[in-house]
Amino acid sequence: MATDALKDLADYIMEKLAGSVVSYEFFNGELSLNAKRAEIKRILNFLRDDKECSFRLLLDVCGADYPDRPERFDVIYNLLSMRHNHRARVKITTSEEQSIDSVTDIFSAAGWFEREVWDMYGVLFDGNIDLRRILTDYGFEGHPQRKDFPLTGYVELRYDDELKRVVYEPVKLTQDFRNFDALSPWEAITDMQLPGDEKAMKPEHGWKSTKTGSGS
Amino acid sequence: MSAEKQDLDIAEETQIKPFTMNFGPQHPAAHGVLRLVLEMEGEIIERADPHIGLLHRGTEKLIEHKTYMQALPYFDRLDYVCPLNQEHAFALATEKLLGITVPKRGQYIRVLFCELSRVINHIFNITTFALDVGAVTPALWGFEEREKGMEFIERVSGARLHSNYFRTGGVAQDMPAGLLEDMAEWVEELPKFLTDLESLLTNNRIFKQRTVDIGIVTADEARDWGFSGPMLRASGVPWDLRKAQPYDSYEEFDFDIPTGKTGDCYARYLVRMAEIYESLKIMKQAIEKMPDGDVKSNDYKVCPPPRAEMKSSMEAMIHHFKLYSEGYHVPAGETYTAVEAPKGEFGVYLVADGSNKPYRCRIRAPGFAHLQALDFMSRGHQLADTVSIIGSLDIVFGEIDR
Repeated sequence: MATDALKDLADYIMEKLAGSVVSYEFFNGELSLNAKRAEIKRILNFLRDDKECSFRLLLDVCGADYPDRPERFDVIYNLLSMRHNHRARVKITTSEEQSIDSVTDIFSAAGWFEREVWDMYGVLFDGNIDLRRILTDYGFEGHPQRKDFPLTGYVELRYDDELKRVVYEPVKLTQDFRNFDALSPWEAITDMQLPGDEKAMKPEHGWKSTKTGSGS
Repeated sequence: MSAEKQDLDIAEETQIKPFTMNFGPQHPAAHGVLRLVLEMEGEIIERADPHIGLLHRGTEKLIEHKTYMQALPYFDRLDYVCPLNQEHAFALATEKLLGITVPKRGQYIRVLFCELSRVINHIFNITTFALDVGAVTPALWGFEEREKGMEFIERVSGARLHSNYFRTGGVAQDMPAGLLEDMAEWVEELPKFLTDLESLLTNNRIFKQRTVDIGIVTADEARDWGFSGPMLRASGVPWDLRKAQPYDSYEEFDFDIPTGKTGDCYARYLVRMAEIYESLKIMKQAIEKMPDGDVKSNDYKVCPPPRAEMKSSMEAMIHHFKLYSEGYHVPAGETYTAVEAPKGEFGVYLVADGSNKPYRCRIRAPGFAHLQALDFMSRGHQLADTVSIIGSLDIVFGEIDR
């Protein structure tokens, strides 16, 4: 994909949707538009119908959770334009309380994707007439893809032969949940200056990580 | 009671509530664990509400807790009919973030096995689809051929299904001696089976009665519902990521994109059938042009060093140890990388935070979008037609429920 053409397109979108699209970024030659939450319908409508854009396919709507931010959720719309062979994604942020306008009337495909984001993250979509849970169990509580939801969950179920039905019980682990933190066990030592270290050459781009994200 | 009055009474009596029927989750034609709640007016479907998630295993959540190397085998377990194509998507996504390139031989091996996977997938789908609409023989014949294809995957990776063969930076190991020759032979032989299969189905009166004009999707509808792959092409949209956004040397291969004209179940069958031939064409070219050289990147920060080297080189030993304990670090960034899986566009939206585990790994499964459209596709059709439509959607619950 020609990145120059994408850059031009990004500038064009910025000009046409000034005020709705806040900024754009390029990651590895992929266009990512940061947008205002309230304007999402206008933006997607424009991106779909404008001749220069014609992003006719909404391939995916997904969420991402960043618990440290005030508006903790990202909702990401992945778009594809077959006419121009371009991809773009539109990102908006939201929190647990603020709902997003559903785009089901622009792209029919959005229906289930929005249901999944609701199910997994608890993001509400205004105007989605069928906003039920989709992947989790009937009567499930909580939103499992949130970073503060434990991997093991809260309940487990089994078939009870005496009651002749499935019963739910709190999760009992025979062994404590282990989150293997394999991040450089020697990080602590390498931070220290040992005698003779001053003679060693420092590699230009070390393969040891910077200490970001210590294996959450 | 006059005759007129009697007619009225009957008319009043037949004003019944739509009959609600459960289809599945234990139904052989549901292709897995699909629970379909059908609201029916007699034999006519008014609304189809698929309840999915019975196979939900939390793959996306699990991947957030695993290193990149440990995350890859989860992709085998999504769509277990064509596991290699999905590994490919994840491998490409991480390679993009890491900025490493795969040696030519590695790329060709990947193309070869992706297409093998596609052939296997389409044989599986066509034959089980035929089984759904009443033809048993194709399934009996097809599974034999499919097993032959799976044997190649077993020979190259050690496992028929969960192969974990494509890795970031290339493939796990080189092909064993003699495999290419055997594959070349199989590629030559398969068209004979395909002709037999076509002779059973393409002009079969019953098969056509069950599929022609059933579940028609126009090109506009297909785009609106986010279709991809054979589902989109059967509606007459010539779109294939292998051509439009080629990855891993696909641009060096000569093949065509078959499209359908009618967008019904029969067109989808025809497109898949034609795609098998195109895949065989690609496989033939890949076998003929298979270059020599490495099969994986020699960046030992990402790909494990050869075992022989580990016996003599301390550095290789350290690399190996670090790779299998800590794993490799992927620089912070994000990517949406998609491949043309047999079922459609399989995408991975990967957010890396610079550590050894993905921060977010979203899996875009083609079947999810296709199944969503089942409601509008089956409205107004009869119950038996739903079975045809589900069969032609090519759904596998491993990828839909994730």
